[in-house]
Amino acid sequence: MKSLLATLALSTALTLPGLAMARPVTLTTTMNSYGGDGAYLALYVTDTSGAYVGSLWMAGGKSKYYQHLSGWYAATGGDPAQINGITGASVGAGRTLKVSLDLADALFDAGYTLHIDAAVEDMRESPDEIAVPLTADGAGKPVQGRRYISSFTYE
Amino acid sequence: MIRALHRWPGLLALAFLTVLALSGAALSVFPAAERMSAPQAMAGQSVADLAARVAARHPGLEEIRRAPSGKITAWWFAGGTPGSAVVDPATGADLGSADPNPVQRWLTNLHRSLFLGDAGRLTMAAGAAAMLILAMSGAALVARRTGGWRRWFAPLRGPRAGRLHVELARIAVVGLSLSATTALWMTASTFNLLPDNAAPPAAPATVSGQTGFPLDQMAALRDVPVDTLRKLSFPFENDAQDVFTLHTDTGTGLIDQGTGALVGWTDQTAGQRVSEIVYMLHTGEGAAVLGLILGLIALSLPVMGVTGVMIWAAGRRGRPRIAQNAAAGRAETVILVGSESGSTWGFAATLAKALQTAGQAVRVAAMAGFDPARHPRAERYLILAATYGEGDAPASAKGFLNALTALDQAPSAPVAILGFGDRSFPAFCAFAAEVEAAARDKRWGMLLPMDAVDRQSPQDFARWGRALGAAIGLTLELDHHPARPEAESLTLISRRDHGAEVQAPTAILRFALPRAGLWARLTGRGITRFQAGDLLGIVPEGATVPRFYSLASGSRDGFVEVVVKKHPGGLCSGQLMDLAPGDTVQAFLRRNPGFRAGRGDAPLILIGAGTGIGPLAGFIRANDRGRPVHLFFGMRHPDSDFLYREDLGGWQDDGRLASLTTAVSRGARPHYVQDALRMEATQVAEAIRKGAKVMVCGGRDMAQGVAKALDEILAPFGLTPATLKAEGRYVEDVY
Repeated sequence: MKSLLATLALSTALTLPGLAMARPVTLTTTMNSYGGDGAYLALYVTDTSGAYVGSLWMAGGKSKYYQHLSGWYAATGGDPAQINGITGASVGAGRTLKVSLDLADALFDAGYTLHIDAAVEDMRESPDEIAVPLTADGAGKPVQGRRYISSFTYE
Repeated sequence: MIRALHRWPGLLALAFLTVLALSGAALSVFPAAERMSAPQAMAGQSVADLAARVAARHPGLEEIRRAPSGKITAWWFAGGTPGSAVVDPATGADLGSADPNPVQRWLTNLHRSLFLGDAGRLTMAAGAAAMLILAMSGAALVARRTGGWRRWFAPLRGPRAGRLHVELARIAVVGLSLSATTALWMTASTFNLLPDNAAPPAAPATVSGQTGFPLDQMAALRDVPVDTLRKLSFPFENDAQDVFTLHTDTGTGLIDQGTGALVGWTDQTAGQRVSEIVYMLHTGEGAAVLGLILGLIALSLPVMGVTGVMIWAAGRRGRPRIAQNAAAGRAETVILVGSESGSTWGFAATLAKALQTAGQAVRVAAMAGFDPARHPRAERYLILAATYGEGDAPASAKGFLNALTALDQAPSAPVAILGFGDRSFPAFCAFAAEVEAAARDKRWGMLLPMDAVDRQSPQDFARWGRALGAAIGLTLELDHHPARPEAESLTLISRRDHGAEVQAPTAILRFALPRAGLWARLTGRGITRFQAGDLLGIVPEGATVPRFYSLASGSRDGFVEVVVKKHPGGLCSGQLMDLAPGDTVQAFLRRNPGFRAGRGDAPLILIGAGTGIGPLAGFIRANDRGRPVHLFFGMRHPDSDFLYREDLGGWQDDGRLASLTTAVSRGARPHYVQDALRMEATQVAEAIRKGAKVMVCGGRDMAQGVAKALDEILAPFGLTPATLKAEGRYVEDVY
């Protein structure tokens, strides 16, 4: 398995007003062998009311295909500024995507949800492939996706 | 210019285009196979009906897709596990896996990106662009070769590689242009350079908040035929605010899950529609037959690549490189070359170099492409013309006389004509003389009277150069050393001697095929690929000018064979006759495309005397397809110079030779081949009337005698050797 590692500065989309404290977090997404080409993945966060807060990562370089990540696209309108500097390659079947970033403390145990939308060429789009609440307890516990992701953890 | 635009992208892109073409051809099969295997929707079936049937079988249904082939795929999520399958639209039952075919996926990724991501996509797009340039420039070359766009499908002449290349190209050019153009469009679309993005429909302001409306009664789905369906996505389970999303071939709609009514619609944009059509044309998805045709056409590409390289290599073989050849439109001096075997090009190169040194912009080109309109700045034309056979145009001058005659008026720039030939032949510089007569007819101004170079004489050439220089006010010193291919060492493996008793020592010399490297074999350089009738140039020791002998074997025979007769005082024949097995000579190959048996099934009448039997024996040996071959062979005495006697018997036994007629010139009643022909007049005339090809090889006197005899034989049928010659059915190799 090949890992993709990316380190993010604090200045990503999740710099909420009044946040001073942040902790380093690693997001690990492992794809199952779904039998298709590389998957596009959008990792983003919504608040208690389900409103979009910000994006964490976009795996997949062609903006043309972002509309197939329908949850993310509906929330952002495909705004390229949302993923400026946090875009990488699509993730092949059986591969693992690792993203390390500093995430504000205030995002944990406060009703925020981390979503992953997935899309694969010629296969079903999977919005909300993963939807996992961000809690201190949940850290390190693997979650299974609906169709393409075999496990996802944040810690 | 067009030729360069065709040659260089072609050579550069050959490898990529071969990958593109082969993978594309393989991919073209899939849409057709899917179209044939996919169960089609029932006539008049609506999406509502389809969705209801599939949903009944698959709880947790998330999405239904319809491929252009009619294949229906369903995706569901039930009991915590995802599922997908190809389904039967009539029943909703599973038919097989929905996963993309791994072979097709592999081929697709190879075809569009060489597995190299964006860099690969751009590389392949460059390949497609090269293909488009090749198609355009190639079309212009075809039009030029056939004599205009209206003569696009005119019959072709010339070497086989060139014919095959053009024959394929003029059919394939349309398909290849289509594939290349659509490929470029699709690449541009992938890189988001085109306004063809779908606008997702805006979320509806309000939804009913209800769930569970029966699928088969949804108004928004009942009017939609399955044939127009692209995709139907189901709302998220337990999300009453979510909606159905319906994609059809006209646009995208949102459907309330509580009422089944359409609550939003976005039309497909014009850009989207164009891109979909382009996608269909390129992939054959939705146009399977077109896809197969394009795939088949793509297969011609590697063949054209190989023949193209052969044409290029053949063009380079015979001709010296002309350094700094000026563009047609810029040239002050235009040198037109009519050459059969390539030696005249060498003279042209020397002349061009001398003129360039004197400050002239010089263009060297084949006489065949003659078009004065392309040389607006020409101040003079210099025509260097060899002669083929008995006064015919040499290979690189075909069509010149017609082009000249067709001009409204001669070019204003004057011309000088120099003929190349051998004074020992009666048709010495006959073609050059014909060119001169045609030029005078057109009142084309002459810089100086026509002159001639005998047997590649550097002195003749230098003398003409001085006269030319005086006429145009330049000092021209033409110092020409005939260029020839690098000679190779040939080792004699056996010899058969004849004719000593009749004072005509003759030998059949068989040399081993020289070892050749891969590159030489691929490009046909050196003594690697040859046919009987081609010429072996032999450079005798102590001489610079080569002598030529007709080959009596092809490379497939696995040896190099010539028939040599000792000439009194002859330097080259003397050295050859002294060879013992194991000895070597220096030799090179010169092609002789005008003297080939060809591949037809028409009978072959071979006529030769003495050593002239050499190439004819080679033709018979190579005749493994049972073509009727009739040999007329003249000799002095059967006990002394009956060359190939045993072989001919064997070839008759195994069907390579249909009949053998001999003529013996020594004895009480001298008898020559032409006499033998006359005795067989009825059969000969009959065969020729049925399309037989006549090939004559030997001395000049014999050839003239044969021509005279055939003239008499054919006269009653309104045929002459001249008409046969014009059809390529009467060819001579005379020395």
